[in-house]
Amino acid sequence: MKGYLPYLLTTTATAWKREVSTYFATPLAYIFLAIFLLSVGLFTWDISGFFEAGTADLNAFFGWHPWLYIFFMPALAMRLWSDEKLLGTIELLNSLPVSLSGLVAGKLLAAWTVAGAGLVMTLPWWIIVNYLGDTDNGVIAVSYLMSWMMAGAFLGIGSTVSALTSSSAIAFVLSVAASFLITAAGWPILSVNIDSVFGPTLSEIVSQFSFMTHFSPAQRGVVELRNIIFFVSFIGLSIFATRLLIEYRRRVPK
Amino acid sequence: MLLVEKLTKSFSQRQAVSSVSFQIEKGEVIGFLGQNGAGKSTTLRMICGAIEPDQGDARIAGYSIVRHRRQAQRLIGYLPEGAPLYPDMRVTEFLNFMADCHQLQGSARQSAIDRVITDTRLSSALGQTIATLSKGFKRRVGLAGALLHDPPALILDEPLDGLDPIQRSAVKTLISTMAPDKAVLISTHNLDDIPAMCSRTIIIDHGRIIADETPDALARRGAGSLETAFAELVSETARVTH
Repeated sequence: MKGYLPYLLTTTATAWKREVSTYFATPLAYIFLAIFLLSVGLFTWDISGFFEAGTADLNAFFGWHPWLYIFFMPALAMRLWSDEKLLGTIELLNSLPVSLSGLVAGKLLAAWTVAGAGLVMTLPWWIIVNYLGDTDNGVIAVSYLMSWMMAGAFLGIGSTVSALTSSSAIAFVLSVAASFLITAAGWPILSVNIDSVFGPTLSEIVSQFSFMTHFSPAQRGVVELRNIIFFVSFIGLSIFATRLLIEYRRRVPK
Repeated sequence: MLLVEKLTKSFSQRQAVSSVSFQIEKGEVIGFLGQNGAGKSTTLRMICGAIEPDQGDARIAGYSIVRHRRQAQRLIGYLPEGAPLYPDMRVTEFLNFMADCHQLQGSARQSAIDRVITDTRLSSALGQTIATLSKGFKRRVGLAGALLHDPPALILDEPLDGLDPIQRSAVKTLISTMAPDKAVLISTHNLDDIPAMCSRTIIIDHGRIIADETPDALARRGAGSLETAFAELVSETARVTH
């Protein structure tokens, strides 16, 4: 295993560089960033009535994040692997002396970077709420961090699903469905129903896996290590799953 | 240099490649012939590690593609069928990406990039995105990527496909120039390319090797014509297998 780590990291960097430049070489990153900012703005300022609420916080803003990510993160991740299959470049990648885990991680990190860029572009609103009133900046900082962690986990779903198909449209639809389920798993409406049908143990287990369960404490300014560990483990697991899927296709090609 | 041992692969019910074995020494250029679906690409893909064999192995300078994947792949230059590339990349970006993948650094990196640009005559297309290139140019970009790390084993799947006659002869000359230092395996279904380029021909049919000899010896079977010889060999195996 000597020399494995540099090998893994070099490939990660190579894949990250290539993928980030693809996001910006095609209109995808720009469209993503523009529509993301528009949507967050619309939902926060208009639908949640930010100015009417009269509080100098960003709770309404962060509250929408999981629901927006259900659509936006699959859009970022949908072509990560499906395009390689469609173009046939997966053949080239599989023949190169690179680390497969590194490729998977690098691609995911690239998508995560673009998602992070979207969040960074919302920072002016943080300044605005400070101007408007007495703001708990700790809560906002924690919320930003956890929102970005959650975005990574959504991208993990998208990356794994994208390794299943050569159609980015199919990857998108399946990722949205999977993302919705894992978000709504912690939704009271759903957990109450699971509770009444399958009993409280299952509803407790299901909601433990929900992104909501691990994201909502951040909105009260609580940074819990276990929530960070949850998202990091989820991302790690998705990298492992993506790798397995690609290795499987190498053994059992279509 | 390249030792192929009993490579076997089946897809669902169909046996695509059955126990294919051969050996290529440094300085040899092998023409790998067969009809469509005979198992050419599947064999090449297994040698490069793009897919994994059900059984058998390929060794490049002693490194097994199954057990020492990374070491073996460092020694291979592979042009996949259809030369798949990233359409959004510029030619220079692609070559730099390949250099990253092979961990070429410093002056060796730049000189390798310069060398393949000259060898594959890409200088006029460097700043273009791959999507805007002609088929012939794309093929040469793929070839440049395969040659970048100066590998001792070259595996080229239909390298002449889509090239015009002038480009074909340029690529053939390039391959002949490089041949003394490398083991080269080229798949083709165009028999005209064989005599000028190849020192040996291997014919595969229904996933099995049915001939492994020099182009001259092969031509003698068909009264001087490679085409006749090929057609006869293939129909012979058809009679045996059905």
